[in-house]
Amino acid sequence: MDHLLGILTKPDNVPIVLMLALIIFYTTYSFRKARRNDRREGSEEADLGDKVQVWPNLVKVEFLAALVVMAILTVWSITLNAPLEQPANPSLTPNPSKAPWYFLGLQEILVYFDPWIAGVTIPTLIILGLCAIPYIDINPKGNGYYTFKERRFAILTFCFGFLVLWVSLIVLGTFFRGPGWNLFLPWQEWDTHRVVALTNIDWSELFGVPTHRVDDSLNPAAMAIGTITILAWFSLGALYYVWKRKGDVLRRLGPVRYTIIAALFLIMMALPVKIILRLVLNVKYILVTPWFNI
Amino acid sequence: MFGIFETLREKLRRTDVYKSIFRHAYQDTQRNRALQILDNVFLHLHPVRVSRHATNVGYTWGMGGITFLLFIVLTVTGVILMFYYRPAAEYAYDDMKYLMNDVAFGPLMRNMHRWAAHAMVITVMLHMFRVFLTGSYKPPRQFNWVIGVFLLTLTLFLSFTGYLLPWDQLAIWAVTVGTNMARATPLLGHEGPFGAELGMKVNNDVRFVLLGGTQVGPPTLLRFYVLHCIFLPLIGSVLMIVHFWRVRKDGGISGPESETKKN
Ligand code: HEM
Repeated sequence: MDHLLGILTKPDNVPIVLMLALIIFYTTYSFRKARRNDRREGSEEADLGDKVQVWPNLVKVEFLAALVVMAILTVWSITLNAPLEQPANPSLTPNPSKAPWYFLGLQEILVYFDPWIAGVTIPTLIILGLCAIPYIDINPKGNGYYTFKERRFAILTFCFGFLVLWVSLIVLGTFFRGPGWNLFLPWQEWDTHRVVALTNIDWSELFGVPTHRVDDSLNPAAMAIGTITILAWFSLGALYYVWKRKGDVLRRLGPVRYTIIAALFLIMMALPVKIILRLVLNVKYILVTPWFNI
Repeated sequence: MFGIFETLREKLRRTDVYKSIFRHAYQDTQRNRALQILDNVFLHLHPVRVSRHATNVGYTWGMGGITFLLFIVLTVTGVILMFYYRPAAEYAYDDMKYLMNDVAFGPLMRNMHRWAAHAMVITVMLHMFRVFLTGSYKPPRQFNWVIGVFLLTLTLFLSFTGYLLPWDQLAIWAVTVGTNMARATPLLGHEGPFGAELGMKVNNDVRFVLLGGTQVGPPTLLRFYVLHCIFLPLIGSVLMIVHFWRVRKDGGISGPESETKKN
């Protein structure tokens, strides 16, 4: 119990508790708003469409918001000191070594993917994917009001990425990861000596095809299985296209937009799939090559 | 008693100095309210009139504005911290200690800088979430969303570079974990796919450029300091100016009516 309180009130973890509360609040709040809008004729926002003067109507709200934020920030800064630990010592590695909290989701993914994917490719794809959103989501509905019904796929996909893959992995990394990056419950004492036996195997080995041959060189059969698996995963996008290409949605999207959406979507979904494969079947790599592993 | 203040205020209002600063009286007329906005360089970021739902906290959550407020708080407290902080490995940590123990209001300034930075990361994420949920990235606001994504990345980098500056165990190891990723950059990192094939070594790859060495050390401190205090805030300010300008030029806060207007 002490451990739980300690971890929740560690100065640098307080913002994460705050973030979690805000995210739960705003998610519930906006989904309720969306449901109300979806059930009525025209949105609530449209009822407030008349023009008002910025002075005083908007300036007043901004001033009040600024006051509240400054009050919270001042109290927070008086009551809680920013951490200052022992002086930097390059030869004394703390265990666990954690990145700043907003990168803990990415650090968590390091368990399941090599650094070139978790630390470089995924962040790059997140940024590019976010930039692409306005250009690949061409559904004209739901612009300027809360709704769910009119843009189900967009909202579900974004919420999955943001709430599940970003926010909850940050929470996992902060509160559930201890020494050796092993899983601990938040109220469990950290045991620095705990060793978790690694019994990981590669994907092809599930089918009895070893990754390495007896002379330790890579087994081409294993590489073929890995490559085929990855191609099969991405060909789901092509299959869906063939199946639905006559439909309204895909016709409007066109092949280029569709390809980008499908690729981003499948890459994003590959993440939880790999996490589950690791947790359930101890799978380490899907594909091992001389240059990189996936 | 209060009559004196009344008279004094009236006198003051009629002086040349007062009239040169404040252009008009505080009258509750349409015209005066419009002038309050138009004649003030800061307030005229706003239009004179907006639709009612744009002033509704339930719609925007005020998150963009709060993010901006926090950025200003960070600029002010950050400048004060700079008076006491030297970005050299032999001084940095002691300067922090000094600031926390011996400088009047030192802890308040540092705490406020730290917590406002964390808060800004949270509010910028929430702002993006709101913009997504109201579909506000849809035409004509597509590009402003892209500028927003750059602002998000920049906010994270600002926070990350600042994390190193206290030069304590927390700082160097968090930054070590973070920057270790750069070794694995495809093509450009010495442990990344095809990195070795392209001649990347521990002392010439992208991580080396970032750190100014093969591990987090004094040159990294200086690099992160310059990025944190000069380069990134400068770029951020420019992007924010563009961001706010675009909000105006794209027709103000999004709303149900903008959809029909466009079509
Ligand atoms: C330093 C970071 C940022 C600051 C200071 C900022 C500030 C603002 C402000 C003050 C507004 C006016 C409306 C409001 O308060 O919600 C706004 C609107 C907007 N922001 Fe940001 N923003 C930032 C980051 C972002 C990010 C990360 C995104 C998206 C990825 C984004 C996309 C937009 C869009 C599309 C609008 C127009 C919304 C509408 O018309 O309803 N901004 N921003």
